[in-house]
Amino acid sequence: MKEKFKNMSDTNLLLTITIVIFFLMYIGAILFLGEGFLKPQAFFNILNSQAALIITSCGLSLVMITGGIDISVGGVVALVSMSCAVLLDYKGGNIAEAILLAIGIGLAFGIVQGFLVAYLDIQPFIVTLAGMFFARGLTTIVHTNPFNVEHAGFIALKDTRIYIPGMGSFNKKGVYIPAYINIGVVVAIVVVIVLFCVLRWSKAGRHFYAVGGNRQSALMLGINVKRTVFASHVMCGLLAGIAGFVYFMYVGSGSPAHASGMEMNAIASSIIGGTLLTGGVGNIIGTLFGVLSLSTIQNIVQSAGLDQAWWTNITIAAMLCLFLVIQSIVMARKKSAE
Amino acid sequence: MKNKEKKSGIGGLMRGLVRKQIFIPIAALVILTIFNYIMDPTFFKITLSPNSLGYNVLSGSIITILDNGSELAILAIGMTLVTAASGGQDISVGATIAIAGSVILRILCGGQTSPDTLQAPVIVAFLVACVAGMLAGAFNGALVAYFRIQPMIATLILFTAGRSIGAWINNNTLPVVKDPSFAVYGGFIPGIAVPTPFLITVACIIIITLVLKFTTLGLYTQSVGINEESSRLNGLNPAFIKFLTFVILGLCVAVAALIKVSRISSINYSVIAKDIEMDAILAVALGGNKLSGGKFNMAASIIGAYVIQFLTTTLYALKVDANALPAYKAVVVIALVVLSAPSVTEKISALGKKMKPKAKEVA
Repeated sequence: MKEKFKNMSDTNLLLTITIVIFFLMYIGAILFLGEGFLKPQAFFNILNSQAALIITSCGLSLVMITGGIDISVGGVVALVSMSCAVLLDYKGGNIAEAILLAIGIGLAFGIVQGFLVAYLDIQPFIVTLAGMFFARGLTTIVHTNPFNVEHAGFIALKDTRIYIPGMGSFNKKGVYIPAYINIGVVVAIVVVIVLFCVLRWSKAGRHFYAVGGNRQSALMLGINVKRTVFASHVMCGLLAGIAGFVYFMYVGSGSPAHASGMEMNAIASSIIGGTLLTGGVGNIIGTLFGVLSLSTIQNIVQSAGLDQAWWTNITIAAMLCLFLVIQSIVMARKKSAE
Repeated sequence: MKNKEKKSGIGGLMRGLVRKQIFIPIAALVILTIFNYIMDPTFFKITLSPNSLGYNVLSGSIITILDNGSELAILAIGMTLVTAASGGQDISVGATIAIAGSVILRILCGGQTSPDTLQAPVIVAFLVACVAGMLAGAFNGALVAYFRIQPMIATLILFTAGRSIGAWINNNTLPVVKDPSFAVYGGFIPGIAVPTPFLITVACIIIITLVLKFTTLGLYTQSVGINEESSRLNGLNPAFIKFLTFVILGLCVAVAALIKVSRISSINYSVIAKDIEMDAILAVALGGNKLSGGKFNMAASIIGAYVIQFLTTTLYALKVDANALPAYKAVVVIALVVLSAPSVTEKISALGKKMKPKAKEVA
């Protein structure tokens, strides 16, 4: 067993820690906080509310695997949902145009930031910090006040529920309520599967790991390092755009305050999911479990009666801190063992 | 310019570089001043008029900028040191201001919402806030220096949690200090016409100048920032120096929090010192300091801070919405980092070299 543990790659080791922690947490929640967590819908609600976060975190993991960071994602999500809301309600646009707009905004941020980071060699944190403030500022410029979208087609899309057979539960009156997920969840699952396959089996996907693991050796192997870093930022931007639309479908409104702190949650999810900040190590499935762990803990905090807003932020920060320290220690020990 | 530098040899080149670093913020200052003067000819007017308490105080646009830029200038001092030593920035300063400010109010009000008298002397509250600020700095510093986490990620923890911790300290109430003697720190000392925040800033600048002149702090932070490994081989303790710079920044945060809280004699956790981390980083960048660490110029950073405040005031005068301000500042940041990026400067100097032979041919 110990031998096996030692031989595990960094990616699998951190992934295992994450998955074990998630199941322990969920079982703990069921045991101590009652049956609320036992209903399948409780789990699907987590998925419904966190679909956008799953998509952003996947993009962020990609950037982090290449050794960079992108903290503009929350701002981009807010900008996308505000722009789409304005397009649908005030400019008479339709849903297809809104989706194109969302992808366009995401790609624009990804391309500009990727160019600055990859080809001009500027610290990714500075570039994307500026990107975050730019996106937030622009959101206010697009429209100042929060408002609910009343576009009929959009509301139909927003309220579409995909029922899952055999997973329902009975409410207090004994009426059977089938479990459901939103369209956003389907998008998120597709993104996770596609990215997982790309990162695991495609040549381009392996390049991300090579660049993050050791830039110099990647260069020696003939990998185009700059293009790979650029591609990771473009992908992250694109996914932030898609996540923006998924988020927009979930909340159904535009507001400058939307997705505040989302970049933080996305980074925390990636780190909890076993992506190393130093690059080269990470797994999309881990990121998925990172998001699930994070929102499970939020639900636990709320169910435990600590529902003041500040507790959520403090627990997320504490969790991030804990995992950062664990990572730091695990890696230091591995290094000294070598 | 370039030819002159070349002629006067290496010494002249060095002097030229120093001149160049402080040149950026001063040039920005001049441009903004001219712009404002054109927009509003009464811009430079400073008047001495009685305020609501009946004392004669200075007022005018310039005074407002010097007054409101105080917190930023104080933060820029600490941020410059952190940037120089760690090659990263602390993005939690705004949130830690909320913590320190909340501590001050908690102690002054003794847990009540709005007591009629101060429950403790201001100096006690301030000292406890200093401890709180330094603890927050020590937390960031420990993560950066001893756990080797990138500064911006490490400070992201307090960036998220800070305002919530601030709210938690006061149990989410908004205490109000009624005693007018507390408003002195963000307003005016009776009988003195200069705003107190500016006086506090001047005191801080004098202290840091003395520290940099008479201790090895400046030298050590720069050497750690330039090459950590060789500093260690020369007998320095790079981890401790990084840690120390974060603690100093924590102290600066506490001073800034005192001014911020005193200005309104209360606190709003989600709004207090909002986006100030961006301004502080911008001030350091505008001062021509490398954001990746190494050499720094404190005076340039402080002037940079006032330039940012100047820019903010100018944008407000142009009727820009407060929430839209970050967008404009982000553009300035990107422009600055692009211009100072190594690959861009190389290209510019290569262009300059191409021009030079041509110039010789012409001559």
